[in-house]
Amino acid sequence: MIKNISNLGDSSIYCDFGSEVNKDINHEVIKYFKTLTSKNIKGITNLAPSYNKLIITFDLSVINYKELVEKIINLKPDKINETVSKRKIIPICIDEEFALDIERVSKNTNLNIKEVYKHILNKDFYCYMTGFVAGMPFLGDTNKNIRLERLKTPRVKVPKGSVGITEQFCNIYTYESPGGWNIIGNTPVKVFDKNNDQDPILIKPGDSVQFYEITKNEFYKIKE
Amino acid sequence: MSIEVIRSGLNTTFQDRGRSNLYHLGIPFSGAMDTRNLLITNKLVGNDQNDAVIEFALQGPKLKIKQNNINCVVTGNVNFTFKKNSKIYNGECYKTFNLNNNDEIDIISTNNSMYGYFSISGGFKIEKKWNSYSTHLRSKVGPNKGNKIVENDLLQLNKNLKPIIKKSVDYSNSKIEFIRVIKGTNFDYFSKDSQKSFFESQYQVTNLTDRMGMRLDGYKLNNIKSENIKSEGLIKGVIQVPPDGKPIIMLSDHGTIGGYPKIGVVISADYDKIVQLPPMSKIKFKMIDIINAEKLFKLYSEETKNILDQI
Repeated sequence: MIKNISNLGDSSIYCDFGSEVNKDINHEVIKYFKTLTSKNIKGITNLAPSYNKLIITFDLSVINYKELVEKIINLKPDKINETVSKRKIIPICIDEEFALDIERVSKNTNLNIKEVYKHILNKDFYCYMTGFVAGMPFLGDTNKNIRLERLKTPRVKVPKGSVGITEQFCNIYTYESPGGWNIIGNTPVKVFDKNNDQDPILIKPGDSVQFYEITKNEFYKIKE
Repeated sequence: MSIEVIRSGLNTTFQDRGRSNLYHLGIPFSGAMDTRNLLITNKLVGNDQNDAVIEFALQGPKLKIKQNNINCVVTGNVNFTFKKNSKIYNGECYKTFNLNNNDEIDIISTNNSMYGYFSISGGFKIEKKWNSYSTHLRSKVGPNKGNKIVENDLLQLNKNLKPIIKKSVDYSNSKIEFIRVIKGTNFDYFSKDSQKSFFESQYQVTNLTDRMGMRLDGYKLNNIKSENIKSEGLIKGVIQVPPDGKPIIMLSDHGTIGGYPKIGVVISADYDKIVQLPPMSKIKFKMIDIINAEKLFKLYSEETKNILDQI
């Protein structure tokens, strides 16, 4: 259910589904996102689903805020076809070469390294949204005892493929970029593949994700 | 049938009207920062309004034509020269000129503005990616493998079926006193004094400004509710306020998700103007409502159409 609809500027609609971050609310966001995608309403130029908001941008020379809000209010969202949301198994290497922050994570959580990974490997995470940079998945929720703040000084360069944790979330850097998440491993698989025109992202909102450990040798083999 | 890049300029890319419907993957609209100049450029050389042009920022490229009978045009507020038959001429923006094999164009700088545009009749031989010719550098999506145009690149051209074109139009992107803004979704996060000062004080565009965003310096806005919100979608024109209290305006290549409160959004009619403000420019914001923003957009669109109709 959309709790509140307002305008964000003159050419986008801000749909508020609540202030909490949880699967149920996110499920509603994704339901509306998928329904709007399939309905192909004239004038809509982009949809930005997130934890608990959906932003709809439109071409002001085709439709205006009032007209489009009317359509959104009357929209009956489709039930999500559960088979569309998939389970993705992602290999990660946790060798110290890749797990840039594991020692600090271990120290700040008072858990030994093995215990930290117990809360990450072979656990089911849920993908709330993708974005910021192309294909970056925002996964959750991590166990309460490994929740940490972002780095005080973000790294200038986080290597591509890095798996990071912060607060109740976990993500994968799809590009080398600046960033402040606590890096605990790296995946050799292409989470975003721009050459795949039809389906460039591996992990989609609503998917469930599980990490499994691979050796350095396996890492470089997959990378090839 | 090509153009050789002798000097690339600072930030030279292929752009068109932008790439839609990929926010959910993390890919923004991109596209020409100044849409009106893109449309004028295409019309002057007889191309389709969705064709790609070359956009440059501050310092433009130096190009050598490797083909006879090429209709060229430069738009924006730009200093440039062209060398035809070994003789150098001062260039005039918004006026087509015809060059032949081995002639050169030297786009020296934009004047008191950020972006300028260059194109040729027939357009560039590049491929669309996800239905657009726009380059998004951050995700490396678009022509030229998603990269900037660099020195020694050979830009391939489509066959030009047009004879010599002589077209021009009178246009200059007028400076505006105020950037008009609609209140953002987190406007009430800020103290009454900050809300007032946001619209009353003057802000300065800083050097930390590019196609992704524009950082401003000036009155430090006091957030009395929460410095971060749960990350959510962003759109171009949104004014976010990070914990340091200095506003950042999201521009065409912005990251698609952000967690800073949104104090306002620049209206669509003023977008072409704000992007053209170079560092050190002084700006003031003015609050308006959505009804007036829609009226101003209509006016802006009519004005654009009138300019294009003169060509």
